[in-house]
Amino acid sequence: MENLEDLQEQLLQGIAAARDLKALDEARVAALGKKGCITEKMKGLGALPTEEKIAAGKSLNLLKSAVEQAVDARKKELEAEELNRRLATERVDVTLPVRPETQGRIHPVSKIYEEVVAIFGEMGFEVAEGPDIEDQFHNFNALNMPANHPARQMQDTFYMANPDSADFDDSFVVRTHTSPVQIRTMEKKRPPIRIIAPGRTYRSDYDATHTPMFHQAEGLVIDKTTTMAHLKGCLYDFVRAFFEVDNIKVRYRPSYFPFTEPSAEMDIGCKKGKDELKIGEGNDWLEILGCGMVHPRVLAAGGIDPDEYQGFAFGVGLDRLAMLKYGIPDLRTFFESDLRWLKHYGFVPLDESSMTGGLSNNGGLAR
Amino acid sequence: MKFTLSWLKEHLATEASVDEIAETLTRIGLEVEEVFNPAAGLAGFVTAKVDECVMHPDSDHLHLLRVNTGKEVLQVVCGAPNVHAGTIGIFAPVGAVIPCYNEKLTVGKIRGVESFGMLCSEKELGIGDDHTGIISLAADTPVGLPAAEVLDIDPVFEISITPNRAECLGVRGVARDLAAAGLGRLKPLEVKKTAGTFKSPINIRVEDKKACPVYTGRYIRGVNNRAETPKWMKDRLAAIGLHSISPLVDITNYINFDLARPLHVFDAGKLKGDLVIRMAEEGEKFVSLEGKEYSLDGQSLGICDDDGVECLGGVMGGIGKGCLPETTDVLLESAYFAPECIARTGRHFQIESDSRYRYERWVDPNSNVLGSDYATALILEICGGEASEIVVCGEENYRSEPVTLRPERVKTLAGLDVSAEEITRILTALGFEVSREENGLRAVSPTWRGDIECEADLVEEVVRMVGLDKIPALSMPADEFPKQTLTPAQRRVVTVRHELANRGMFESVTWSFTDSTLAAYFRKGGQPLPLLNPIAAELDEMRPSLLPNLLLGVKNNVVRGADGVCLFETGPEFYGCRPGEQKEVAAGVRYGSTAKKHWLENGRAYDVFDAKADALAAIAAANGPWDSAQVTTDAPAYYHPGRSGVLRLGKNVLACFGELHPAVLKAFDLKGRVVAFEVYLDNIPLPRATAGKSKKKLALSPFQSVDKDLAFVAAKDVPAASIVAAAKNADKEHIVDVRVFDVFEGGSLPEGKKSVALGLTFQPQEKTFTDAEIDAIMKKVIAEVGKKTDAVLRS
Repeated sequence: MENLEDLQEQLLQGIAAARDLKALDEARVAALGKKGCITEKMKGLGALPTEEKIAAGKSLNLLKSAVEQAVDARKKELEAEELNRRLATERVDVTLPVRPETQGRIHPVSKIYEEVVAIFGEMGFEVAEGPDIEDQFHNFNALNMPANHPARQMQDTFYMANPDSADFDDSFVVRTHTSPVQIRTMEKKRPPIRIIAPGRTYRSDYDATHTPMFHQAEGLVIDKTTTMAHLKGCLYDFVRAFFEVDNIKVRYRPSYFPFTEPSAEMDIGCKKGKDELKIGEGNDWLEILGCGMVHPRVLAAGGIDPDEYQGFAFGVGLDRLAMLKYGIPDLRTFFESDLRWLKHYGFVPLDESSMTGGLSNNGGLAR
Repeated sequence: MKFTLSWLKEHLATEASVDEIAETLTRIGLEVEEVFNPAAGLAGFVTAKVDECVMHPDSDHLHLLRVNTGKEVLQVVCGAPNVHAGTIGIFAPVGAVIPCYNEKLTVGKIRGVESFGMLCSEKELGIGDDHTGIISLAADTPVGLPAAEVLDIDPVFEISITPNRAECLGVRGVARDLAAAGLGRLKPLEVKKTAGTFKSPINIRVEDKKACPVYTGRYIRGVNNRAETPKWMKDRLAAIGLHSISPLVDITNYINFDLARPLHVFDAGKLKGDLVIRMAEEGEKFVSLEGKEYSLDGQSLGICDDDGVECLGGVMGGIGKGCLPETTDVLLESAYFAPECIARTGRHFQIESDSRYRYERWVDPNSNVLGSDYATALILEICGGEASEIVVCGEENYRSEPVTLRPERVKTLAGLDVSAEEITRILTALGFEVSREENGLRAVSPTWRGDIECEADLVEEVVRMVGLDKIPALSMPADEFPKQTLTPAQRRVVTVRHELANRGMFESVTWSFTDSTLAAYFRKGGQPLPLLNPIAAELDEMRPSLLPNLLLGVKNNVVRGADGVCLFETGPEFYGCRPGEQKEVAAGVRYGSTAKKHWLENGRAYDVFDAKADALAAIAAANGPWDSAQVTTDAPAYYHPGRSGVLRLGKNVLACFGELHPAVLKAFDLKGRVVAFEVYLDNIPLPRATAGKSKKKLALSPFQSVDKDLAFVAAKDVPAASIVAAAKNADKEHIVDVRVFDVFEGGSLPEGKKSVALGLTFQPQEKTFTDAEIDAIMKKVIAEVGKKTDAVLRS
């Protein structure tokens, strides 16, 4: 037999020299194909005597296997090269912008609603609601504001005709505060009561800090043991949680509301800079809410015995809270539906508020 | 309410500083709005003497001074015409901030000469208006004294008075509160009583003793109303913003603000006959001193003479019988009018006055004679004249009902530990008569307080004086657990908002009112709901839908150049004017296209199916039956009649959606299409409270599903939903999904027909489908669709 080692050398060189899969296949066919040189040699084995046949067969098999392995290896190399060439042609400019998507926004008032509800929920409050159009009993009289009460004149009330009565005292009002929800709650629920009532409120006033519609949240706690000390603790805990600061200075000033006695207003400490307002410390004060112990007459109007029960109430402006916390300068802009404003001051859809997951900025960044 | 420090000190003996007084006022409930104290800005300003005064070498009006500040002698250039050697003025050194300019003084160089400070005018110091020259002090004024010590500076306090504290609309009331809070001693009120020398020639008769329980009058003759009001009174009135008019007017104004005691002075020479205090006749005329004519009614209390109503009692004087400079004989009124009567009249005729403001809150009913004596003494002192005996109708015998305070209530209501002795001290200092009784302390409030009606009122007085800051802060005790803060109905509103925002919409909050001319399109047959007193013509009706305000929002954004606007809102729409006649709605609008031009894909115009998708998503977010709701085509008339629908459960309307009617958009001046949806959240059934939380068992088939397509030709008016439903129902066990992937009309199709192509997914349950089984299912679909819709398979 010829020198198989030379043949192997020659075949392997041919395989290694194959520049593409076609050339490699030609080299493979030339060696292992039906008429390939190795195949021909295999065919020739039959003519040999048995002993030689065994030895030659072994050598030929080794050769065949070496060639097969070389073809496989070269094939993998060539495939990888070809894939790389294809991938090179598929290159795109990944700095190009992505397909347009619109990320909507939650209005700051809704966001503050969720924050306030999350905080008071943690303190055992439930959310209560009442109608936007009220009768004068719920909006005024039951809240210790009879017809000629000076405090009633101070609220610029929107009125609506009562189709069943021409008497002005029977006309309906668009609620001037969320306080009527206090009465409506007492009418259908027995103490203990812990409610927070956020909602729209209306007064006939329009300038940078007043709009004819705005938002309040009313708080009401009634049981047998709640005192002004709880009022202070509850509201302090609230402002500290709401403004997300460790320390916040607070001060209470005696004030007057017909439906609470004693009454107070709560101020929080702040520092008024040229362009920013820092809540918590500093020597300036910001009025933030009105509060007090529920007036015995209000309890009685709600059908609750004032000799047995007592509690506190407070009212806070949600829009004002939004302005203070998020630095929004002008109340009027809240209600203008300006997309630029909504995009800037609004909150991303995943920004949900909770005391466990955080009140703000937990929905990721705006896109 | 404004007053000056010197005015306060008329009533309060105190050494407290302006800052201490201001802090205390706020602490006890008399909130300080502003303290105007020019002295606060005068640190560093000192008295100084001009040692030498020569003309500036390069000017014909500037002077060159050597100024002795007590510490040094400085060169100063001064332009004031009144400066001369020996002048003692107020010197501002370099570095001082001149209040009038709010600028720091630097070394100046004026026409080549350096100047190291300046001598100031009243105006520059912020203590007056005079700017004609520099302040020139008495020749014996020592130099080097702080300016605030030598200048006559009277700081002004402005405080806000809550409606219950009417007595603090007088300086004395404020002083009494401060004294009770420990800031000084209330000086006794010394009012000289004038014994009349003659009987009043004018008789007074009160007809309505309920509206006017006490009326006093005093005739004073021979007064000079051209006399000069004393400077101290003018200065105080000017400080609180009242111009000096005439001594008689100034005196009544002064007493009004000093004691919260309104008075009125008639020109007695003009009064005809006796004075009668009575209700006006229906239609009786009255001309106010502002010259406005009113037609009175039977509930308006008039002070009348033979000519008719000369004064609307306690509210406003009349033009006819008021005092003029030449007035010599006057009738001084000091009376008590019932607050209800004053409030009614003031409100009815919309008259605002200092007098009404006080009477409707509270005026001490027993201060009429006192006020008359006070005014008489001042009138005689300033204007001269001779006073008659006082005429008093009614009796000054008002006495408050006693209120019992159980001392422990301060603790159990306010959370504050205060002893019965301290409570007694505080109430006594505030003017209460306090005595012990079986149940606690019996307190009779002073007649100047009209606001003490119950125990809680007394608790407030104690708390106010001890200080709210002394109450400890206790966190809320833990409550029943678990407790859900939001009801399911409230919670789903939040979820809907987040879902719509997640769909790329911007949440808006718009007025609950709208423009009635726009609202007219959206009333759905209901009555208009106008406000009786709208703030503006375009906000005159409670909105019957959220859409008009959202459309105005679209328009405003389009005007600013936006080309895609997607807004939504959740809130009430109103269908009646009674409490509760409102529905909670989630509504949204989309205008324009999904995106601007883009290299990958261009935006497309929003269409009715965007609105429908929004509505379905909102219903789903509210846990509503989004997939089983029927679609009907009877949306309200403000929608496009052919491109709108209603999602409903039988009669119950869950939502409307569609393109808005072009005629409606025209009213908003909007060009282009707008799609909208309104989801009626209250109509979406709530999950049953008793329903378990466990999910239905998941049955997964191990066999591969098969997708097949079938195209049907149906009459044009057959709803696609009917074809889909028929296909689904053909074999509920095996058909798990039906999609519409193509719809077309025209082409090879006959007139009035359309093609609807369905993609169907078949899911075998027991074993893989054979071709025969698949064929069988397809045949069932074709048969069922044919039966229900008359559609045939497209060949």
